Amino acid sequence: MRANRLGAALAVVLTAALAGCGSGEPAAESTGAARSPAAAPQGPVKLTYWAWAPNMDKIAAVWNKDHPDIQVTVSKQAGGDDAAAKYLTAAKAGNPPDLVQAEYQHLPSFIAADAVADVKAETDAIKGEFTEGLWKLVTLGTDAVYGIPQDSGPMMLFYRKDLFDKHGLKVPATWQEYGEAARQLRKKDPKAYLGTFSSKDPGAFTGLAQQAGAQWWSIDGESWKVAIADEPTKKVADYWGGLVKEGVIDDMPFFTPEWNKALNDGKLLTWPSAVWAPGVLSSNAPKGKGKWAVAPLPQWNAGESFSGFWGGSSTAVSAKTPNKAAATQFATWLNTDPAAIELLVKEAAIYPAATKAQSALGAAPDYFANQPDFWQQAATVSAGARGFTFGPNVGVTYNAFKDGFDKALQSGTPFSSAIQSMQDATVADMRKAGFQLAS
Amino acid sequence: MKRSQRGMWPYLFLTPAIVLFTLFLAVPIGYTVYLAMRRTKVSGLGLGRGARTEVFVGFDNFAAALADAELWQGWLRVLGYGALVLAVMLGLALLFALLLDSARVRLARFSRIAIFLPYAVPGVAATLLWGFLYLPSLSPIREVLDVDLLGASTITYSMANVAVWGGVGFNMLVLYTTLRAIPRDLYEAARLDGASEFQIAVRVKIPILTPAIILTTVFSIIATIQVFTEPTTLRPLTNTISSTWSPLMKVYRDAFVTGDLYSAAATSIVIAAISLVLSFGFLRVVRNRAFGEG
Repeated sequence: MRANRLGAALAVVLTAALAGCGSGEPAAESTGAARSPAAAPQGPVKLTYWAWAPNMDKIAAVWNKDHPDIQVTVSKQAGGDDAAAKYLTAAKAGNPPDLVQAEYQHLPSFIAADAVADVKAETDAIKGEFTEGLWKLVTLGTDAVYGIPQDSGPMMLFYRKDLFDKHGLKVPATWQEYGEAARQLRKKDPKAYLGTFSSKDPGAFTGLAQQAGAQWWSIDGESWKVAIADEPTKKVADYWGGLVKEGVIDDMPFFTPEWNKALNDGKLLTWPSAVWAPGVLSSNAPKGKGKWAVAPLPQWNAGESFSGFWGGSSTAVSAKTPNKAAATQFATWLNTDPAAIELLVKEAAIYPAATKAQSALGAAPDYFANQPDFWQQAATVSAGARGFTFGPNVGVTYNAFKDGFDKALQSGTPFSSAIQSMQDATVADMRKAGFQLAS
Repeated sequence: MKRSQRGMWPYLFLTPAIVLFTLFLAVPIGYTVYLAMRRTKVSGLGLGRGARTEVFVGFDNFAAALADAELWQGWLRVLGYGALVLAVMLGLALLFALLLDSARVRLARFSRIAIFLPYAVPGVAATLLWGFLYLPSLSPIREVLDVDLLGASTITYSMANVAVWGGVGFNMLVLYTTLRAIPRDLYEAARLDGASEFQIAVRVKIPILTPAIILTTVFSIIATIQVFTEPTTLRPLTNTISSTWSPLMKVYRDAFVTGDLYSAAATSIVIAAISLVLSFGFLRVVRNRAFGEG
């Protein structure tokens, strides 16, 4: 009984302790190897690497074969926000891995927690391999370099070509046309929706806001500027809010059994998503194989060709690693060596961040076999994709997104008020922590 | 000499318990209290080495937790949910226990296992299972009953349903076991006095069951205060559950979503204190009747 009652108090601490324990042994190993990193006879440098991209262990095995002096062990993680929380906890507990797969939006929290190393000196030579936009995501616009871009998720519009043809819908080139198409479809098939607005996926909304030109965070000298409730973001929010309120766009979250069913049954005709969508569609909507096609995202002004990013990660080196040079060497190889990139594409099924690799991608994904120019489309879209610097408390902002938009959908309040609540929560949290904020 | 040796034995036997208690209960609680009195202080951009320091803030985090309107609304929601779960779950458990114990029951063994079985299903699995049954386009329930089971007005009932489904079996078993331990001649005496089965249940069985009912109530109060699994698992399926729906969810959010271990520690201590007050308060109120103590 007593244990039960105290369970509440303990849960947090125990979880933190367990998260730390998980990495205990490998971290100890690398410390041991580090006592004399330069002295070769001590045996190989051992590195641990936390990643969740599939088959990363196979790619590390290729590296290990060619580099007997630097041995990398991949520890497979659950992806997403949980992985970030686990890494931060391990770093706080003092035994993080040497390398970590860090999503761009989580990297600033890692930097703020002093959990990742500045690898500027080691990466000067490879800066040119990436677009300026992606590079800014790992520097936050400062002089330091906190990771090496691995993959990116430029957003595109995925749509059911067969049903578009059947209903005589035109692939929308602007968001206005998208709204028109949504209305037309409701008239032709009252059971189907052109799309849905998910209150559970801040990442998707972030990409759409980026497309519109949002700059949620920026660094101005020694202070942060937070502008989540800026004009572009409000425009995007009110656009979707209007469509939902009108009843021409659904409001079910992505990635639920309900959503899978709608995709599978042809009740959801588009998905503004990222370049990694084929993987999701093939597993969640297997019945749609060969029926989907891809187009650039609808634009805010006709003739533009902008996009945003949903997802994407970098490889970061732990601030605590005693083998920074070796770890950076591996991270560099992984993300810029042609052979490694080929493996990333083939084994890990990612869209590589390195510019030259993007145009070298071959056959379209299986699910999009009917669209042989899939990767060319992706490369074109990628060139027009714009991102922004993420702030040090994205967790707070994304959580406010979910709560704010849940509430907006429930009570029918304007979407722009949810945006304001994101701005307020983010600023309040940064102020409480003591960050310098530009007024 | 001999006496002092004997004096050591109890402590020797106690050592494993004391060590385990210290390691896994006292130290973590101590650390939680320590964390709850601290906070990180960032300077400037907060980037890079030395930009972030941990400072002592005394009871600031506790004050913030107590002043947090969201937390108190969470308590209110949990209170409503808890009252529902407690009443329905314990009522059904008592009813089933009495029915199974009655003389005229058929298929007793099968029914007992059937009622108990849901308890063996882990909370997350049970909630997912029910979640699928609640989803509009997948739900067979929706085909006969046109109600949004995941809507703002129904979500509490839907969640309570999961808890009741999973919890009735365990409580039923506790009560039923107690009933089986009652000497049969008591019933015989009642029957000779002309009592019906119903009267025996109300006048004889329930009074004898009171301590067991209190025990299951205390357990259930503690479990509902700590409700976390059901709302957290249902959250991705609906727009109606916020990240701070229950107090424990707020602790989780603070610690692992927004990265504020210090507030989370303070809030969890507040939750532990409130749980203590509620469960001891309940025990105090009913102690006289149940155990005949002063």
